[in-house]
Amino acid sequence: MPLIEVKDLALAYEGHVVAKNINFTVNEGDYLCIIGENGSGKTTLMKAILGLLKIYSGEINFGEGLTQTEIGYMPQRTDIQKDFPATCYEVVLSGTLGSKKFKPFYSKEDKKRVEENMAILGIEDLKKRSFQDLSGGQQQRVLLARALCATEKIILLDEPVTGLDPIVTAEMYGIIKRLNEEHGIAVIMISHDIAGAIDSASHILHLHHEPLFFGTKDEYLLNQAAKDFLGGENK
Amino acid sequence: MSFTQMFADPMISEIIIKAILVGFMVSLCSSLLGVSLVLKRFSMIGDGLSHFGFFAVAIATTTKAFDIILNGKQISFALEFEMAVVVLVAIIILRINNSKTKGDAAIAIFSTAGIALGSIIYNVTGNNTMDVCTSLFGSTSIFTISNTDLVFTMIISLLVLAMFVVFYSRIFAVTFDPEFSKATGTSANFYNTLIAILTAVTIVIGMKMMGAIMISGLIIFPALSAMRVCKSFKGVVLTSAVFSVICFLIGFFIACRFSFQTGPTVVTIDVGAFLIFLLISKLKARKKVESI
Ligand SMILES: Nc1ncnc2c1ncn2[C@@H]1O[C@H](COP(=O)(O)OP(=O)(O)O)[C@@H](O)[C@H]1O
Ligand SMILES: [Mg+2]
Repeated sequence: MPLIEVKDLALAYEGHVVAKNINFTVNEGDYLCIIGENGSGKTTLMKAILGLLKIYSGEINFGEGLTQTEIGYMPQRTDIQKDFPATCYEVVLSGTLGSKKFKPFYSKEDKKRVEENMAILGIEDLKKRSFQDLSGGQQQRVLLARALCATEKIILLDEPVTGLDPIVTAEMYGIIKRLNEEHGIAVIMISHDIAGAIDSASHILHLHHEPLFFGTKDEYLLNQAAKDFLGGENK
Repeated sequence: MSFTQMFADPMISEIIIKAILVGFMVSLCSSLLGVSLVLKRFSMIGDGLSHFGFFAVAIATTTKAFDIILNGKQISFALEFEMAVVVLVAIIILRINNSKTKGDAAIAIFSTAGIALGSIIYNVTGNNTMDVCTSLFGSTSIFTISNTDLVFTMIISLLVLAMFVVFYSRIFAVTFDPEFSKATGTSANFYNTLIAILTAVTIVIGMKMMGAIMISGLIIFPALSAMRVCKSFKGVVLTSAVFSVICFLIGFFIACRFSFQTGPTVVTIDVGAFLIFLLISKLKARKKVESI
């Protein structure tokens, strides 16, 4: 049983379908990269997986003991209010809330989890810093640490490198790769930076309102090479 | 009567102590809720709720329908009635906010309708302008409250405080990032409704003293001032509470001393404090730029 199985999924805003015929699976340890142009339905698909958007038709199933609320989610950074007063610690700590059911206060384990995840991302020294004062790359790391606190198994990242400079971008990709390889966390990453993003991916979903491709990265590269060779309509 | 004589008189000092109790709790509760409301860009909900509360007060005071004689004793359920109305309005505003009409339109509807309907009721029943003035701008420093209403007010405000403390971490989470909260199983809708209801009951218990028009000032200004000073959420929440209570106490004593109305005096102090903190933070920002 895969972690996530998407079957004949169609998604719509107010009855207006923006993506359809989506079929793919994510297994433990996979690194799926969802690529496609702006407006092709990537964020919409991610919201459906997270349960933030009602499914229009089709289904999304969760396996291997994963429930929908145990997915670590890292939103597009622009979705977060700019002048919000919060320390990095407060932000990361809020990631543990989902696992607490009805307990009102944070436990020692929650705090330990936060320390661990901040250490993994190399942001222990940012604990007391104000979130709004950080650089883009630092903010992304904080949001990734929060996502890690919400999950054991899988993280969903929406455009994690948008607006970052090339060096910080490479660092970010490195961190994500490390989480996948060393910590065994499955990754679903959205990107429109095709060249950089697919580098460490195991699987690719190329979306343009419908999937243009789903399979392993190697298949994708062969496929692309063939298209390029034939002068096909890629791009 | 002089200021010190006022406190020496046991009758009046009892009134003053009751007033301080109510004002203290109302300032505290509204400043805590205000942080989340201001950050959600939803602080005007206080206006919508309190202005509609003016209408509810008008109904209760002119018809006296909620003053019941029991075993020869008169008991008033006016406060309970007002609370039911305002909580209902809070829920309706959130409903409309979730649908296509934008939240600020819903707030504006209740805000203006409440004042209009309330004034008409006072006109129809021929009540004097003094009543209208009091329920709009609040009581003078001599604020009278029955013992039953005082107990009710204390219970409600302690409940609001307890709820805020218990749900503090979730209130932070849904205010900072509602989408993430929803995705990880914390219902943003539930907590938005909770905050709106807590705001509604706080407004009702504070309205008589502070006035329907003034009460939302107690929600907005302490939070805005605190945000100028603190960069952590916890810091903003605590600072907002402290500012609010201090401003209330200063405002209240000035109101007593000069026989001003309490609500406008307290809000004026709140505004003054906000301007000072705004100025300080602007100067600091300027210094930072210069030093670079
Ligand atoms: N809240 C919304 N209401 C209506 N249409 C939307 C909404 N969000 C996105 N869309 C539309 O859905 C399509 C896919 O958007 P999105 O999934 O955000 O694209 P991507 O993330 O791939 O850039 C776009 O045409 C966009 O205009
Ligand atoms: Mg997107």
